[in-house]
Amino acid sequence: MKELLIIAIGSAFVNNVVLSQFLGLCPFLGVSKKTKTAGGMGAAVIFVITVASFITSIIHNYILVPTNMEYLDTIVFILVIAALVQLVEMILKKNSPSLYEALGVYLPLITTNCAVLGVALINVQNSYSIIESVINGFATAIGFTVAIVIMAGIREKIEYNDIPESLKGMPIVLIIAGLMSIAFFGFSGLL
Amino acid sequence: MNKCIERLYNGIIKENPTFVLILGMCPTLAVTTSLINGAGMGLTTTVVLTLSNTIIALLRKVIPDEVRMPAFIVIVASLVTMVQFMLQAYLPSLNDALGIYIPLIVVNCIILGRAESYASKNPVLPSLFDGIGMGLGFTIGLSFLGAFREILGAGSIAGFQIIPEDYCIRIFGLAPGAFFVLAALIAVQNKIRLSHGKKVKELPSCNGKCGECEQKCDNPTGKEGE
Repeated sequence: MKELLIIAIGSAFVNNVVLSQFLGLCPFLGVSKKTKTAGGMGAAVIFVITVASFITSIIHNYILVPTNMEYLDTIVFILVIAALVQLVEMILKKNSPSLYEALGVYLPLITTNCAVLGVALINVQNSYSIIESVINGFATAIGFTVAIVIMAGIREKIEYNDIPESLKGMPIVLIIAGLMSIAFFGFSGLL
Repeated sequence: MNKCIERLYNGIIKENPTFVLILGMCPTLAVTTSLINGAGMGLTTTVVLTLSNTIIALLRKVIPDEVRMPAFIVIVASLVTMVQFMLQAYLPSLNDALGIYIPLIVVNCIILGRAESYASKNPVLPSLFDGIGMGLGFTIGLSFLGAFREILGAGSIAGFQIIPEDYCIRIFGLAPGAFFVLAALIAVQNKIRLSHGKKVKELPSCNGKCGECEQKCDNPTGKEGE
């Protein structure tokens, strides 16, 4: 139990996926204009990463390792993730239209989100068991959601501020991300 | 032959992936802690990009349109796996320094982006040179950022100490420094653009979707080949 908690806090805050590992930067910079869409994106990422960690770790531990084919990790994982996102989208559309309404538009964007593949590879690299992988995936996605929602909140606040002309757009967002990254260093004493 | 040179120019200067298109952010920020790491990552990506562009251009008439995205992903993933083995065998130190970001080349926006927007529509030779040009553009971008961060953060360049360590700004070697350096770089670009009467650079277009940007912009429902 204690180890699981350490993994969870470690990947959600101490090694935040966006701010210290630079995974999933595209949605972090692109979909962080409004808190509401940022929250939706975060929820979709939590869902997909958790399911993807579970499935990729089953495939790795029960199919690739016994057959000595670990070298196929990258290829298998990316295909599984792409198929999974499509599948999740179809299932949601059929069985839970309200959830699909909320998450649907974000799902196709997640296939190429490097955080999903990144988490699957980190799970393998640290040889996590299935439960540990799921916890790690879930916590990483929580970290992503926290970061993107905070970012969206700050961007909403600065929308009408008087920012120097040449810092408008991308530079100011990157500076905010850098400051958030410094703030998240504060968590490194936790473990 | 002219077309090939034009492709090189396009990749390195006109549509430089780091400075102009702002693509492939994850490796750009993550591995540019030093000049060697940045250049190593850039060259690795160049190899993958050149090979993938060539193979996809060769197969462009064979791959059915509906399943082209999964097909591209399989090709790129196989190439990345091969390149990773080569690095493990011949350059283990670089492999350790780049770590998880080597397999993550698969989801690099630039590679799938070039496959989709150029290699799948053009003959082999221009695609090959497009890959080399884009890859070199990316390498130059990463090396530049890496050198900058190494000088400021560690006072050295490619491992040679040029500024005494007491005078270094350590934060530039850490994660926040990556954001600040890139922010400063784009701000300078914006300043130049403004003085030429152009508009400032927008955030990555089309909601910042990686990779299949062009495709998804035309087709916002985002259905890729099932």
